[in-house]
Amino acid sequence: MSAVQARAALPSRKLIVVPYRRVSLAALSTNIVLIMLGGFFVLPMLWMLLASVDSNPGWAIKLPSLTLANFTDVLGTAGALSSFRSSLILAGTTTVVTTVLAMLAAYPLSRQHIPLKRSFMLVILFASGLPVSMLLVPVYQLYVTLGWLDSLYTTALFLAASSLPFAIWLLKNFIDAVPVELEQAAAIDGASTLRILRQVVLPLTVPGIVVTSIYTFINAWGAFLIPFVLTSSPDNQVGSIEIYNFMGSHGLFQFGDLAVFSLLFSLPVIVLYLVMSRYFSGAFNFSGAVRG
Amino acid sequence: MLAPALALLGLLFVFPVLYAGYLGFTNLELVGSRSHDYTFTGMDNIVRMLGDYVFVKSSQLTIIFVVGSAIIGQSVLGMALALLLRRAVVPVRLVVGSIVIVAWVLPEVTAALVWYAFSQAGGTLSILLRNSTANYLVLTPLLIVSLANLWRNVAFSMLVFSAGLRNLPTEVLEAAEVEGASTWRRYRLVILPLMKQTIVTNLLLVTILNLSEFTLIYVMTQGGPGIETMTLPLYVYQEAFNFHQLGYGTAISLVLVLFGAVFSLLFVRAARNQV
Repeated sequence: MSAVQARAALPSRKLIVVPYRRVSLAALSTNIVLIMLGGFFVLPMLWMLLASVDSNPGWAIKLPSLTLANFTDVLGTAGALSSFRSSLILAGTTTVVTTVLAMLAAYPLSRQHIPLKRSFMLVILFASGLPVSMLLVPVYQLYVTLGWLDSLYTTALFLAASSLPFAIWLLKNFIDAVPVELEQAAAIDGASTLRILRQVVLPLTVPGIVVTSIYTFINAWGAFLIPFVLTSSPDNQVGSIEIYNFMGSHGLFQFGDLAVFSLLFSLPVIVLYLVMSRYFSGAFNFSGAVRG
Repeated sequence: MLAPALALLGLLFVFPVLYAGYLGFTNLELVGSRSHDYTFTGMDNIVRMLGDYVFVKSSQLTIIFVVGSAIIGQSVLGMALALLLRRAVVPVRLVVGSIVIVAWVLPEVTAALVWYAFSQAGGTLSILLRNSTANYLVLTPLLIVSLANLWRNVAFSMLVFSAGLRNLPTEVLEAAEVEGASTWRRYRLVILPLMKQTIVTNLLLVTILNLSEFTLIYVMTQGGPGIETMTLPLYVYQEAFNFHQLGYGTAISLVLVLFGAVFSLLFVRAARNQV
């Protein structure tokens, strides 16, 4: 059948396949309720977007008198740039440490016979639910003793420790899904465990590694309480604390700068989330995780 | 290969947890002689808590916040969104779904800031309610931080429920539809029972996550006005680092863990009893 014939045949077929569709009241109200909910969700965020380009913003949403001055203001401040650098060091270090250690731990937990493995995984799941507030004082005391206070790298170590349980659990689920036959074949060919991990498992677990590292990075980038307690000097001030201090000190006069700073601070994690969501669909499937 | 992870977890997780169990029963302070010369004081911190008006109030606030914002708000709205989005037309589904998720992905400090702006006198909320001199963060602080928290976290429950709904056996749903069950009966008698495992898991996770919520509330109110939003994590921070009572603060954090354990047991038992 030629293309022309096919096109000619289409309308008649369409008439048969697609029945008359009525717009039901239920479907209409579903969409209207959702649009209203969407409006409620977008309103608070909209303030940040509009105020960032407004030359005279207030607390309310209004049409901006457009300007880029707020952006040049913020990007011209040394403090703003330095806090982005600090956030990057903190979140980057946390992510590298967490992902590498989680990968090394998740592989044997997924593949090898380890005594008490099931209990260990349950303890790990339970540990990721413990409140950070509980660990603050003991960790602070420990950092005083070790002389680790006020360093982004040692602070990252604690962030890594607190994100490790969930990261191990997430990565183990991804590795569980990789067929074990491939590794057995590599083992028969005489490859060492580390080599199997590097050349067989690693490439197949890339989506899992991407999800784990981005998830860890997003959390560490937004972390507030831990750097708030463990760091103090202005050089080590991360973006989240900068925003908090900004609100306390001169936020009342410089809405525009505040909006720009928090917008710029939020952009990296939104972009990363978009990247991650391509790999993400399965990660929220907890249905089989906590079976009693 | 487990060794590096175990070493890090041992030093910065297991040890602090055990250490907290000890420090909570001491009179350790941040500065002064008791910062190095502290002693085990047995039940002193517990006795002090029972007579501490702020602690009692703080516990009540924590329970109201978690039950209202997380257990009821987040779960019900999360389920509603998951169910509605399944039946919405594609553009509505994409736009509304993305907005809800962006609210969740935003750094917590940013969420706190936009809600701070939203609820100030002269802010968007006061204008919507036609009372532009009212600062709702002062008038109804617990309600506003609960709403902000719901706004930020509902995406989590929505995603968990959406995944659960996708995994439902389609034959059962189709059968119920063919048999002519009404929409409401389909939800109540078919979908909800099949989703029980997902619902219990969601309740457990949101309770545990929200019990330790600190940043959003602290950045918006620092626990104020007065102690109107001083939930337990904020009270732990205030006692330990503003009032220098490290030992007492740790003792309060142990109560927070106890709350989490009690809630979790209740959910797991409720789930078992219904089988």
